[in-house]
Amino acid sequence: MAGAFLRRLGQTVFVLFGISVLVFAVFFATPGADPSARIAGRGASPETLAAVRHEYGFDRSMPVQYAMLMKKLFITRDLASFVDRGERVIPEVLHAAPVTMSLVGGAAVIWVFASVLMGTLAAATRGSLLDRVLMIAGLIGISLPVFWLGEVVNLFTQSRLHHSWAFSWVPGLGYVPFSTSPIGWFKALVLPWCTLAVLFVGIYGRVLRADLVATMQEDFIRTARAKGLSPARVLLRHGLRTSMVTFVSLFGLDFAQLVGGGALLTEVVFGLQGVGRLTYQALANLDLPLVMATVMYSAVFVVLANALVDILYAVLDPRVRDGR
Amino acid sequence: MMPLDATILSPSRLALRRLRRDPSALAAIAVLALVTLACLAAGLYARHVAHTDPFTSDVAAAITLHGQLTDIMQPNDNPLHLGLTPIGPTWSVQYLLGSDPQGRDVAARLLYGGRNSLLISASASLLCIAMAAVVGILAGYFGGFVDAALSRMMDIMWAIPVYLFAISLSIVTVAQDLHLGPITIASDNLILPIVIIAIVYVPYAARPIRGRVLSLRHAEFVTVARSLGVREARILLRDILPNVAPTLIVLAPLVMALAMLAESALSFLSIGVQAPAASWGTIINDGQGLIYTRPMVAIAPGLAIVVTVLALNVLGDSLRDALDAREGDR
Repeated sequence: MAGAFLRRLGQTVFVLFGISVLVFAVFFATPGADPSARIAGRGASPETLAAVRHEYGFDRSMPVQYAMLMKKLFITRDLASFVDRGERVIPEVLHAAPVTMSLVGGAAVIWVFASVLMGTLAAATRGSLLDRVLMIAGLIGISLPVFWLGEVVNLFTQSRLHHSWAFSWVPGLGYVPFSTSPIGWFKALVLPWCTLAVLFVGIYGRVLRADLVATMQEDFIRTARAKGLSPARVLLRHGLRTSMVTFVSLFGLDFAQLVGGGALLTEVVFGLQGVGRLTYQALANLDLPLVMATVMYSAVFVVLANALVDILYAVLDPRVRDGR
Repeated sequence: MMPLDATILSPSRLALRRLRRDPSALAAIAVLALVTLACLAAGLYARHVAHTDPFTSDVAAAITLHGQLTDIMQPNDNPLHLGLTPIGPTWSVQYLLGSDPQGRDVAARLLYGGRNSLLISASASLLCIAMAAVVGILAGYFGGFVDAALSRMMDIMWAIPVYLFAISLSIVTVAQDLHLGPITIASDNLILPIVIIAIVYVPYAARPIRGRVLSLRHAEFVTVARSLGVREARILLRDILPNVAPTLIVLAPLVMALAMLAESALSFLSIGVQAPAASWGTIINDGQGLIYTRPMVAIAPGLAIVVTVLALNVLGDSLRDALDAREGDR
């Protein structure tokens, strides 16, 4: 097991290095585009351009530039926004992180419960009308652009039906910190949670159903049935448990991607000042350092989360644990 | 049980027959054909029905509605009537779905925007699958170092959230024109979103292709071909590629659905299709500020996206069932 662990660690380090090179290349070595002009933003003065060129060392060789950037990102952590020179990028990202965590965490709870319910119900009633309706609903969920769904939700809950009994509790757009008011936090986030969860309920519900249907045809399920266990027990204790493997590994990746900024569109539509919203604001004035930093951080987060999931597997799976 | 007459049909004929008997596949194809035709008719609609130029702003325009001359920009509903709001859906030939903040006909822009959304997502899907096929086939067939190198590369790309990856590539190219030697690509060229979206979904499409090739590599007919001394290139083209084709065909509509959602997101963030051109995403962006007063501006293009993407996903599912013998015969 120690060998496998070390190999995984080596792989993780390699992938992290690869990502940093890739992100660096996207922002600074895209052929045909001058990086200093982009960092300085639209319509920058020649003095600013010269300052940028000097500060980033664009006259130096690529490996040196790469090393300097990594130092600014991870060691001295003083990469500055070029639109607002006093603004340090990394504290900004860290400041926005709790908002994103609140959004993604709540959405994840919803999508896990809803999709397990949906997938299990559909698999249990395979071929029935309910199964078909649930699967079509899942497909619709996958086909909705999340930013549009969010706007439609806003239209009804903030405007059209805001004065009806159903949505009069909905607060205005924006984030309320949990420490200020737990109830306000919940009220402000419950609609964004549901909006963000819709896509994933669709994906996970469909994946789980397909997995469950396949698992239920395995030999050990027949054995369980032959032992005289009730159908519900066979489905939940034996079938669902096995099918959760794909589900969990999918979850690790998606959760990490969202925390890393994948929830950008939801944050923008609901006015939540999270990491994604930070990226969005940086987009408006082409503030490259901010975008680059968020991309780099999110990728690092994804890789570490994946490695963690793998190690958890190794600990949980008896075949790996006992070195069989 | 396989029906008896099925045994004498070629796999592709069999798949086509299954598809013809699948009502949801037929419905999806009909929807896609309808949407495409409507968008192709954008010019006809704008010129001969709505009598409007959907690419120039005209906030002073007025139309005749129910026999009365009506301004496109109307006073707000607030007590003092301060500010102007574009006209809402008229449900008649001109400004059927209302006007956007610049006085342009939303219905006409919806059709023109659809052209770009369809063009970008379809081209991105084809390009993405072509690149993924090269990666997947090379990795799956040659294995060893080639596989390790390509697979790690895909891992690295896949670790960056797709939308963030696309945003990064877009922000780099949208700021200024790209100069590649003698070629200059303008920052509003549609090639950019097409290539960007294609690149970010390559890992998604390459994985199943590699898996399929991996199982083909040790198939008997490939081993036989190799033992007969057939050249590698010929094996790849004549034996592997035709057998990977079903995987590619199934992927095409699914990747196009993802590409359409990605395109709309990029355009919504104003780093996709650039003004004055439109796509469904840019129109939703135009309607963002009007969402409470003139919601139709944002709702209509969103519905167009949902309907098209749903049809593509249904088609992909049906194709998978039709082309996968194990599923289809059950």
